[in-house]
Amino acid sequence: MIDDLFHERLRSSLDHCVKCTICETACPVANVTPLFPGPKYAGPQAERFRAHGQPADESSVDYCSGCGLCTMSCPQGVKIAELNAHARYAVKQRKGVPLRDRLIARPTVLGRLGTPVAPIANAMLKARPARVLAERVLGIHRDAPVPRFAGRRFRTWARRRQAPGVGTKIVYFHGCGTEYYEPDVGEKVVAVLEHNGYSVEIPEQDCCGLPLQSNGLFEDARKYVQRLARALAPHARDGTLIVGNATSCTLMLKREAREILGLEDDPDLALVSRQTYDICELLLELHDRGQLRTDFEPVEEVVAYHAPCQQQGHWIGKPALELLALVPGLDVRELDARCCGIAGTYGFKREKYQIAMDAGAELFNQVEASGARVVACDSETCRWQIEHGTRRPSVHPIELLHQAYRL
Amino acid sequence: MTSSLHYDAVVVGVGVAGLTAAIRLAEGGARVCVLAKGVGSTHLAPGTVDVLGYRPERVEHPAAALPEFVGAHPDHPYALIGPDAIAPALDRFAALIERGPQPGYRYTGGLDRNHLLPTAVGAIRPSALVPETMAAGDARSSVPVCVVGMRVLRDFHASLCAGNIRRAGIPARAVEVEIDVGRVEANSLGLARRFDDESFRAAFVGRLALLLRPGERVALPAVLGLRDPHGAWSDLQRRLGRAVFEVPTLPPSAPGMRVYNALVAALRAAGGRLVLGAEVLDVEREGDRVTGVRAHTSGHDTIYHAGWIVLATGGFASGGIELGSDWAASETILGLSLQGMPRPGEARFTADYFGHQPMAGVGVAVDSSLRARETENVYVAGAALPGAVPWREGSGQGIALATGHFAAQAVLEREGAAATA
Repeated sequence: MIDDLFHERLRSSLDHCVKCTICETACPVANVTPLFPGPKYAGPQAERFRAHGQPADESSVDYCSGCGLCTMSCPQGVKIAELNAHARYAVKQRKGVPLRDRLIARPTVLGRLGTPVAPIANAMLKARPARVLAERVLGIHRDAPVPRFAGRRFRTWARRRQAPGVGTKIVYFHGCGTEYYEPDVGEKVVAVLEHNGYSVEIPEQDCCGLPLQSNGLFEDARKYVQRLARALAPHARDGTLIVGNATSCTLMLKREAREILGLEDDPDLALVSRQTYDICELLLELHDRGQLRTDFEPVEEVVAYHAPCQQQGHWIGKPALELLALVPGLDVRELDARCCGIAGTYGFKREKYQIAMDAGAELFNQVEASGARVVACDSETCRWQIEHGTRRPSVHPIELLHQAYRL
Repeated sequence: MTSSLHYDAVVVGVGVAGLTAAIRLAEGGARVCVLAKGVGSTHLAPGTVDVLGYRPERVEHPAAALPEFVGAHPDHPYALIGPDAIAPALDRFAALIERGPQPGYRYTGGLDRNHLLPTAVGAIRPSALVPETMAAGDARSSVPVCVVGMRVLRDFHASLCAGNIRRAGIPARAVEVEIDVGRVEANSLGLARRFDDESFRAAFVGRLALLLRPGERVALPAVLGLRDPHGAWSDLQRRLGRAVFEVPTLPPSAPGMRVYNALVAALRAAGGRLVLGAEVLDVEREGDRVTGVRAHTSGHDTIYHAGWIVLATGGFASGGIELGSDWAASETILGLSLQGMPRPGEARFTADYFGHQPMAGVGVAVDSSLRARETENVYVAGAALPGAVPWREGSGQGIALATGHFAAQAVLEREGAAATA
């Protein structure tokens, strides 16, 4: 069970709510479905009932996608999304967690099963009858943008790699998306870091537990993130920075695990939290110090940039925009639609797929109107959703920098 | 690990004052970063620019009334910057909106004469510069008004609004339109998004047209579009064949969000950065000079170093100024000295809720260039300034725009002087 004192700390923030409705203007879900009444209602307002064990609507809170834009927009500092995550956990504690949620919340299990049989697994994921069956039996929507297994693991490449061994040591936290689905992105991250004089170490690591957390499986999520923190902490202890390209997963390490899972007092996680950087955050700071190499070759391309919600949750603005502006020839169009809708595993679910697509519709329209052929975005699940919604390739900003460096 | 970034100027606060200052600074060539804990008051305000509405009797002509007003209120922000500094800021704002992302959307009016527009409850409120979509609501016109409510918008009470407009001497009545938005209730924002859609507008007009009488102008809650409000408003006027105007709603405010969207787009276009969610905790100093602000970012703090700081954090309502349980008031980021605090033993509040409240004029002590007194390089704009009572004066947005613009000018002038030297 959640430590009561910790929960009280989170809950005390709701007394700062002045019901100004600014969070409502930020919520991508309430905008498109009446099933979620909005962050103000489901969060601070309902919490006042929940806090005293009084009856409160239980079904709606499951429709919160956990994007966190409400918390970021709140001028009073109310932890709205975090309170909703707790309410969701409490409901799932009582009602149970469906098999589907237990399955899709474990990228490690899926990745290990799928990777060795990638051609077959990918064919199945494409095959209509299999997807219809998966929808009926498991509740994973037939059209959901499930990723394709790369058929190889990033770690295999990492182990075989000849590290140059010179330069400032940095630890690369690659996340499960890179490990099982996009190992090429990880290779590019390493190349860009090495080009900028870093000696990149890639310690043994596993899932950060974020999908488990967002599916209300807090106990399992805690195990994962604490194990990861133990693996990374020895490196952080000597001042080494940890950098990641999976922006949701670095946010999990920085803040969400501590706030939502009540791990504020875990010393390893506290250390790792302080030392963790989003890759674009790190490179912008390097540039600020005059240490980023700017030997960029021209990339003649029109690119739309979408800052995903979880990237915005770092509270660092949009460093990718600043970095991409350094590349000659690159014409970057910032999109201001809030959310692509996918929210990790949310948009995979049968009952939420259409909500996710509707929530992303404004973004997809903006991509269309921008004239861009490529969409840059920092989060992998968001990229899969954007590709699904726009029929255009979506890349991590680091891939464009890699291309411009001609590495 | 603490991150660190460098800018020419850091603006704290993302309301009208902060954004105005940041845009002016960026357009003046400064590298600017705006830091804010959350979204500012734009989303709550009606979107009109009220410069001077009451002194305390209602003001018809702000330009004519301002010299006397500042003479009588020497501590007022308008007195510090001088009444001549207001008009350029308003012109600048109108130009920013006009070239903003909402095609054709513009403001009308100025300091010569206040518009007299109905509020959500039908009270008549004086505003200098208003969205074109509101202008036809002017209470000087005797054209009868039909206030249109929508059942899904529960926060807008058409009959209450119409009743108070009648009380002001204008023939007015209320009608209610049933319109399907796929849910039992919606707020202004949800409806505004619907009104961006032409087919929704056509269906709405189909219901409304039957209820209107010849010769009436139409008052609608301010929900006429977010992406293309000019298009939505023009379309409704054309379809209905009569004047249509928006009436501000309870929050969230669609006209206020249009202001935010236009100002943020202008900031971006001028090369400024915006960082939301980053609460500024404190500052680093060297003597009287503030060299950087420390913002709470996820995981680790970030120091934003800057040569100039513009503080646009608002007053008590926004958390820019706090009143402790020991009755000590303080500016929350730098602990700057305040001005206008009632002395120990003096009354702090009075029983008349809407009357003169002694605490209302509390703000950061500044010199005539809006520089905070104990600092070399911190400037203050907007509701954090002392000496004003915006809700009694009808002056909030005017102060925000004029002082935001003025503070940025002051910084640019000193920056220019430093460069020449």
